[in-house]
Amino acid sequence: MNRFAELLDRLAYEPGRNNKLRLITAYFRHTPDPDRGYALAALTGALSFKHAKPGLIRDLIADRTDPVLFGLSYDYVGDLSETVALMWPKAPLPGHNNPPPPTLSEVVTTLRTLGKTELPKQLARWLDELDETGRWALLKLVTGAMRIGISARLAKTAAAALGDKDPHELELIWPGLAPPYLNLFAWLEGRGEKPVNRDPAPFRPVMLAHAIEDSDFANLDPGDFVAEWKWDGIRVQAVSGRDERGHLQARLYSRTGEDITKSFPDLVPSLHLPGAIDGELLVLREGRVQTFNVLQQRLNRKIVSPKLTKDFPIHLRAYDLLSDDENDLRELPFIERRARLEAFVRKLGESRIDLSPTVRFDSWDALTAARADPSSAGAGEDADAVEGVMLKRRDAHYLPGRPKGQWWKWKRDPHIIDAVLMYAQRGHGKRSSFYSDYTFGVWTSGDDGEQLVPVGKAYFGFTDEELLQIDRFVRRNTTEKFGPVRHVVHEPDQGLVLEVAFEGLQRSPRHKSGVAMRFPRISRLRWDKPPREADRLETLERMLKTMTTN
Amino acid sequence: MTAKHRGGTAYIDGMRPQDILMPVAAGLCCKPGGFHIDPVRAVERAVITHGHSDHARPGHGAVLATQETLDMMRLRYGDNFAGTTQAVRYGEEIRLGDVTIKFHPAGHVLGSAQIAVTCKDTCIVASGDYKDATDPTCTPFEVVPCDVFITEATFGLPVFRHGDAADEVKKLLASVALFPERAHLVGAYSLGKAQRVIALLREAGYDAPIYLHGAMEEITHYYESRGIALGELRAVKGVKKADLAGTIALAPPSATSDIWTRRFPDPVTAFASGWMRVRARARQRGIELPLVISDHADWDGLTATIEATGAGEVWVTHGQEDALVHWCKTHGLAARPLDLVGYGDEEESDAVAADGTEA
Repeated sequence: MNRFAELLDRLAYEPGRNNKLRLITAYFRHTPDPDRGYALAALTGALSFKHAKPGLIRDLIADRTDPVLFGLSYDYVGDLSETVALMWPKAPLPGHNNPPPPTLSEVVTTLRTLGKTELPKQLARWLDELDETGRWALLKLVTGAMRIGISARLAKTAAAALGDKDPHELELIWPGLAPPYLNLFAWLEGRGEKPVNRDPAPFRPVMLAHAIEDSDFANLDPGDFVAEWKWDGIRVQAVSGRDERGHLQARLYSRTGEDITKSFPDLVPSLHLPGAIDGELLVLREGRVQTFNVLQQRLNRKIVSPKLTKDFPIHLRAYDLLSDDENDLRELPFIERRARLEAFVRKLGESRIDLSPTVRFDSWDALTAARADPSSAGAGEDADAVEGVMLKRRDAHYLPGRPKGQWWKWKRDPHIIDAVLMYAQRGHGKRSSFYSDYTFGVWTSGDDGEQLVPVGKAYFGFTDEELLQIDRFVRRNTTEKFGPVRHVVHEPDQGLVLEVAFEGLQRSPRHKSGVAMRFPRISRLRWDKPPREADRLETLERMLKTMTTN
Repeated sequence: MTAKHRGGTAYIDGMRPQDILMPVAAGLCCKPGGFHIDPVRAVERAVITHGHSDHARPGHGAVLATQETLDMMRLRYGDNFAGTTQAVRYGEEIRLGDVTIKFHPAGHVLGSAQIAVTCKDTCIVASGDYKDATDPTCTPFEVVPCDVFITEATFGLPVFRHGDAADEVKKLLASVALFPERAHLVGAYSLGKAQRVIALLREAGYDAPIYLHGAMEEITHYYESRGIALGELRAVKGVKKADLAGTIALAPPSATSDIWTRRFPDPVTAFASGWMRVRARARQRGIELPLVISDHADWDGLTATIEATGAGEVWVTHGQEDALVHWCKTHGLAARPLDLVGYGDEEESDAVAADGTEA
């Protein structure tokens, strides 16, 4: 447990993805079975036991410490598990036969079977045996509050790296595996056969597109490609398959393979034929695709109420078929899969599932015109939910990852405004010596005349060279410092104008300006432009109006 | 002197402890002895516990301190840092006015001392900053029995338990082994902490050259001149970026988030401090590898020391006074916070020059 705690501790501070991977892989390499398997389960959220309530932890510490000292400590530390872990008194253990601290396996297997009444005593015993970091990790684990910035995908990638395997390969067999994953580690270390996935409805690693640049078109033949609209929804994989008893199991996965079926129970009955559809999750009202803002109401919901499913009817727009019943189609060229998909969707006969239409074009100019005006190029009333076009090679196999030259995405031009840099904050990790997080604002009339109101924050979009330039500007033009935040000069004739690109706007009562941007990034530095010529809040409000009424 | 007045207030001759030592704006004043301890303003006669800049300030008429503390003040402030100086050895007794003072090792940094002030039958120990943990770079802390114990409370909360510093150094070395292409940049106070970290690394068997930020070269070489072996040390300045891969470099804490760090290949930012025990503190500073290594006593150290001195009365200065005063009271000891202003983290005084300065 102490070893696993050390890993969690280090991961909690490490900002870099590759470094996190290295740390986890090193842990897997140096930790024996079954501990490392339970660690993998903990990191991927695959452990299941009843979590302890914070009240129980409070009771445990109240029995052992002075309440005044606990209060002062909790105020200072700000986190219950951490406070308890740090101030847990050293156990008055008798003599030399102190029990060794529990292993992670011991903790996990004990928790699975432990009765509720035995939990406090067992927990106290473990807390006596562990060190500070061990206690912290234990309490995070048992309260189910292990937020350390690790995705399941990252943990699996780290495991795959142990055997130099492609994470996609692991992803394919993952649904058939269970903690402590002895067969998985045996395979990764070359001591055993590759485990077989017996999951009736497994996830298949998705194929992704490259963003196309203007210069790419010269080398591409329009005749080689099929075009579709790029929908502004959520990429999903809808899979159905029969289990050993012949019952149909349906699952919905996110693009990273996370099982999101529970969030969309209203779609499940429509998936009544065995197969795997790649498509876009959308909200449709009276046959019309709603904007991403509307779809957002259905995301990350713990409880899906009947009212929610009624007000935000979910829909699957299908654009690829990866398997048809038992047959894996991924080795077929795209146009053949497309034909199979059309037949499959027809056979399903579900109003909730339809085909993503293709866009006709015979030249890049024609496609440019369609992309500029989707509504008159076939998208009709759904044009607002189109964020560009997708280009797929007719002969492309379905390949996991982002293979070169097979699929392209060609987004519509983003929305752009000129805003003024107001505050800058230091970045993290590699960027901790740079002011790399920028808050920017636009002009509005206030009580004191013309003033800037913050409308968003961006921390990417610029090149390394531009980062150096902005960093220098921030350091030389700081008016005030508040901890890690610097106020940067922003007067009508003094300051830096940033061209900010973004994907959409939303009303937001949380922001002083009343609007929030989606996916804002710095697209250009306008050294040439005086701040007084930056955009006004009215411009954003006008944009918001067109976005919501069109 | 033993703890004969434990819990009581019946002092002989009506001499109360606060008549011997009392907090004033300039610091802790000993009227019958005619001196101040660690004064924050210029005074006629100063008795100084150790060389950190919040305790050892320039401009006093006369300064009494250990040889090491005097040397450190000279390094920092130049030859004219005081009118006259007098070096005092541990265990040496000196008569000042109506009192005698005696220096005892405080285990905080090289040359650090607790000062026992005795007037008639009452002994007060002003311990300055201290730690009871082992430290290869200074004389170990010594418990001094007394009637009144003046203790710091930098880590005066039961959440501060520092553990074994050797384990923290192991953590650092494990990280160096795991990321051989990155540099490990350890933030550490220039006086004391830096040299202790180096000595701990050497004890752990690390014998590669250790790199130093310019601001800590002089004081580190002073430690070496006092016979503390620190192995091969090199200046960071002038070394090529690629050559710093796989190395350990020490710098003042403020430099670890400065432009200065750009000369290192993808540095892992570590910080050796007792504050690193609390995650929010480490995260706030953008630390990737917190090392819980402190030059102050932790909670268990503070409470154990208070008990061992046998003092019946405890005065608590800079830090988390409330918790420690509460603890004393629940253990039958008279206790009160001393409102002394101007002591705290060395860090502020340790800051390197503003952005962009080479050091």
